[in-house]
Amino acid sequence: MIEKLAFYFQYPFVRYALVVGALIALCSSLLGVTLVLKRFSFIGDGLSHVAFGAMAVAAILNFTDDMLFILPVTVICAILLLRTGQNTKIKGDAAIAMISVGALAVGYLLMNIFSTGPNLSGDVCSTLFGSTSILTLTKSEVWLCTVLSIIVVILFLLFYNKIFAVTFDENFAKATGTRADLFNLLIAVIIAFIIVVAMNLVGSLLISALVIFPALSAMRTFKSFFSVTICSAVLSVVCALAGILISILAGTPVGSTIVAIDIIAFGIAYLIGRVLGR
Amino acid sequence: MAQIICQNLSLGYDGKAILQDLNFSIHAGDYFCIVGENGSGKSTLMKTLLHLQPPVSGKILTGDGLKPNEIGYLPQQTQVQRDFPASVREIVLSGCQNRCGFRPFYSKAEKRLTAGAMEKMQISHLSKSCYRELSGGQQQRVLLARALCAARKVLLLDEPVSGLDPKVTAEMYRIIEELNKKDGMTIIMISHDIAAAVTFASHILHIGQSVFFGTKQEYLQSSIGKSFAGTAGGEQK
Repeated sequence: MIEKLAFYFQYPFVRYALVVGALIALCSSLLGVTLVLKRFSFIGDGLSHVAFGAMAVAAILNFTDDMLFILPVTVICAILLLRTGQNTKIKGDAAIAMISVGALAVGYLLMNIFSTGPNLSGDVCSTLFGSTSILTLTKSEVWLCTVLSIIVVILFLLFYNKIFAVTFDENFAKATGTRADLFNLLIAVIIAFIIVVAMNLVGSLLISALVIFPALSAMRTFKSFFSVTICSAVLSVVCALAGILISILAGTPVGSTIVAIDIIAFGIAYLIGRVLGR
Repeated sequence: MAQIICQNLSLGYDGKAILQDLNFSIHAGDYFCIVGENGSGKSTLMKTLLHLQPPVSGKILTGDGLKPNEIGYLPQQTQVQRDFPASVREIVLSGCQNRCGFRPFYSKAEKRLTAGAMEKMQISHLSKSCYRELSGGQQQRVLLARALCAARKVLLLDEPVSGLDPKVTAEMYRIIEELNKKDGMTIIMISHDIAAAVTFASHILHIGQSVFFGTKQEYLQSSIGKSFAGTAGGEQK
């Protein structure tokens, strides 16, 4: 088995997949704790569907660089969703469901009407499940992902205390003069960036899982926000790496393998939590 | 000079006023109780005082060296907080956030302030405990300690004893009174517990269909005070 791994490590695409997978897992898990606590677990799913819709529109309009179109659209949707969290007529979960399903349907409809490629359902499938895209990364994509991850981690470290204050009690933070709206905006923009980049690389199924599972597992077993954040980051990276390696060895789809391992990790964390009586 | 002055204040949602022409002032060291029936606009008044929502018309002025964001706030607990994984210290420390501005981390002075506030609320031994595992009374102390970190002069308490048992309620009122008497904190408390309000408060603002503002003695002698305090006393026996 070691020989087989060493054999695969000779190929750059395997190394790229590991690096990118670990970085995306790290970034998404950092914000995952906040999103789960703010009751926005499904924002990863919602926004990736929005990005999918935007991608369809960009393909039809024949933009040379779809990123320039997809990114702003997704960022705007993220801001709208997170802003409406508190006092609106349509509550957070309903708003996400609406935008997510709507964007998915419209995107697929547009792609179908203005069919651009010969293998439509294959395209859609790989966008949503990211079946092979993580194994076909180019060097520039790896660099993009690295730089972006570093920015996300630095921002998270700098605003860690503020993100905690705003997540725990938004009204208190606002009343005592913290600019809660600004930090909500920041969280929304960061999460939109992560999702757009990650969606291209690993598919949207995986993003939701990476946002939700490590955070939930960590919350089962740890007591403070700090330890939950650290645990969720470590867990997420470990699961992602393990998932990629197993999928290479066993020839299973990467995204689903990582999610399956995340589920197992959650089960273990749940049992530990029960044993410790928390 | 009063710390907070409300002039012809009308409040409500979406431009529709539910309370009109409130005039009152709160001075340093007051124990100011806001009472009224459910739906009379107590919470709306609270949010307006905290600048969480704009008044429909009128003005809220602050004086006596009080800045608008120097009011400590003890909110009612939200659903999210009940299963939030956070240690007591992390929560109390987050009360210092408004002192930070754009500085990313807490200073030594702020950490000392946090330790002091926890000491005062007698929760130092819980410092590393998980907030969601504490009893209701302990959780209120944690949030009160956080409010103390955010403000030195004025504390706004939104139904501080709701959901607490009688023993813990009495304890909570004792802590609040001590903050008022010993530390000279101005207390603004929203409550529907009129019996407690007339026991502890120095000033009472009664809102609802008829509005009353004055000292406790004046309130007890007014017709509105007599009818409400009377029934509240009756329920107590």
